[in-house]
Amino acid sequence: MGRRRRPRGVKGTVTAPIETTGAAAEAQPEAVLQGVESKKIEGRSLGQIAWLRFRRDKVAVAGAIVVILLILIAALSRPVQSWLGLDPNSPNQDLIDPNTTLPKGDLGGMSLDHPLGVDPKFGRDLLARVLEGSWVSLIVAFGATLLSVAIGTVLGVVAGFYRGRVDALISRLMDVFLAFPLLLFAIAISASLQGGAFGLEGLPLHISVLIFVIGFFNWPYMGRIVRAQTLSLREREFVDAARGMGARGPFILFRELLPNLVGPIIVYSTLLIPSNILFEAALSFLGVGIQPPQASWGGMLNQAVKFYEVDPQYMLVPGLAIFVTVLAFNLLGDGLRDALDPRSSR
Amino acid sequence: MTETEETGVAAGTTDGTDASADAAPLLKVRGLVRHFPITKGLLKRQVGAVQAVDGIDFDVRPGETLGVVGESGCGKSTMGRLITRLDEPTGGSIEFEGRDITHLSPGRLRPMRRDVQMIFQDPYGSLNPRHTIGGIVGTPFRLQGVEPEGGVKKEVQRLLELVGLSPEHYNRYPHEFSGGQRQRIGIARALALKPKLVVADEPVSALDVSIQAQVVNLMDDLQDELGLTYVIIAHDLSVIRHVSDRIAVMYLGKIVELADRKSLYEAPMHPYTKALLSAVPVPDPKRRTQRDRILLTGDVPSPIDPPSGCRFRTRCWKATEVCSTTEPPLVALRGGHKVACHHPENAPESVGAGTPGTAGSGG
Repeated sequence: MGRRRRPRGVKGTVTAPIETTGAAAEAQPEAVLQGVESKKIEGRSLGQIAWLRFRRDKVAVAGAIVVILLILIAALSRPVQSWLGLDPNSPNQDLIDPNTTLPKGDLGGMSLDHPLGVDPKFGRDLLARVLEGSWVSLIVAFGATLLSVAIGTVLGVVAGFYRGRVDALISRLMDVFLAFPLLLFAIAISASLQGGAFGLEGLPLHISVLIFVIGFFNWPYMGRIVRAQTLSLREREFVDAARGMGARGPFILFRELLPNLVGPIIVYSTLLIPSNILFEAALSFLGVGIQPPQASWGGMLNQAVKFYEVDPQYMLVPGLAIFVTVLAFNLLGDGLRDALDPRSSR
Repeated sequence: MTETEETGVAAGTTDGTDASADAAPLLKVRGLVRHFPITKGLLKRQVGAVQAVDGIDFDVRPGETLGVVGESGCGKSTMGRLITRLDEPTGGSIEFEGRDITHLSPGRLRPMRRDVQMIFQDPYGSLNPRHTIGGIVGTPFRLQGVEPEGGVKKEVQRLLELVGLSPEHYNRYPHEFSGGQRQRIGIARALALKPKLVVADEPVSALDVSIQAQVVNLMDDLQDELGLTYVIIAHDLSVIRHVSDRIAVMYLGKIVELADRKSLYEAPMHPYTKALLSAVPVPDPKRRTQRDRILLTGDVPSPIDPPSGCRFRTRCWKATEVCSTTEPPLVALRGGHKVACHHPENAPESVGAGTPGTAGSGG
């Protein structure tokens, strides 16, 4: 290769540690590289490496598959219903024993037509209702997560990057939000907005209120993680290097810091989703989230409680749905963390 | 303190005289101070300051290599960050090509950034792991809005070749490279905009010894090829000796000795320099027994509360009364060899403090 090696000595003698003037030592690593460098070997980005690592984690892959299935089911549940002419929210008294208000037949009215049975009192198909509840749960969880990630990332990055007073202000704000009695506040807001607000009413209103309440009060968790990561990243020398080349604040933020934050943000969003699903279910269970007759997992549990002695499998259906969903998201999140964690990847 | 006659900025035009001592310095540092405040309590009341850099003067002449040595914590890295203006000086002045850049705003500094570049110590921390090598080395062009001849990609590949890497590495990521290779990438990035001054903060101390030689030699070659001026900060005396034309020795935020390499290594004047040099390992066991090692006792005093007078007096075997009362100025003695000591070694007894050197340094 085109590297010239002039005899040195102009610079005086070399003492102890740097005695290797040998051109051999100089050329060696490159020679080795040249040998290895067959055209097939492509540079792998950290993302590709993370993907390879993730693929090896069978449990996480299983979680990812379940999550993808759930998302497909949720997305397709409404179109399929209208195609089949079903309405999971309208009662069907033919399936109910008028004396006990329990479903006719064994096991909560299980039959070929209704594989998971029907609910007591109304006779609605449970499978349809669980599927209907899935998109409500997921849309609320995703929306709320998106909201908290957006707020948390922006404020966290700003706090970590600018430090000083900005950081103090944002950090105190986070403390205030974390100290908020979230559940009480959520109940109060949801209850007071029940009638209709912002030109919305019914289901769209309930969903928006849930997204807002859950997302708006969960951002400090994300904010703290992002802030801590930013604080440690900004001390790395590549930030100094960018500054030394004349980079402005936004360039450093978006081009240097943010790409390094994508990993933790993805991981913690994935772990935030299941907790938001649980929170949505809890609010609906308490009667301040999604309102009946609209199907939601929390709402179904709420009703099932009244029948758990006579019709225990009614409770089992939404309970299992929540369990599987939360577990799948958690497994996926854990796998992502293992794959993307900067500590294990240097 | 010294060289007061040279302060005129107009002297910056006398570039063509001859490339020796009296050419206008590329970088001129006078009385540079950086104190990091120590605050206490809720109101952030300042209770003291870490005097990381406390009044240093030096020039860097075009085309030379100035080595800066000193123990850990003596302020040499802070000094490097100050002259590249990654940090804001507390006091003093920095002139680059006759232009005062001490307190320029980031916006005004931006054009200057092209001419002053930095090579960093940590080859793992100084490259963004999320960017490709091409992206990293091409960043300076994007930031400075420079469109090199033949496009950025071609220029980046030329730079990679220049530092001994394959242009094929363009699309790879930093984690695929060894420490030495990464340091070369850092050097390629520093050289992208054809800077005039390159400040290297411990460029090889994080590298394996065999790789150190490669990188040092590479920097050396590039200097000859591109006419660079270096300020190389290191704690390794052998590295410094290998690369430097002149050497500044720092102790507790001050320059205690500033001389050209030969003069400094052969006849160190400051007791601290002498002690430092005596600590360099000698690879030859026969010669090892002949030398007399000077073992400094005690720790480096705290830069929060440095000793009065001469800062080295607490560990100096020659210290006398005057050392604790009067701070020795950095004055030029024999042949422009500058030293800040009341009792310099290897010097005629008649010269003491108080007579500021008669202009010029070098030799």
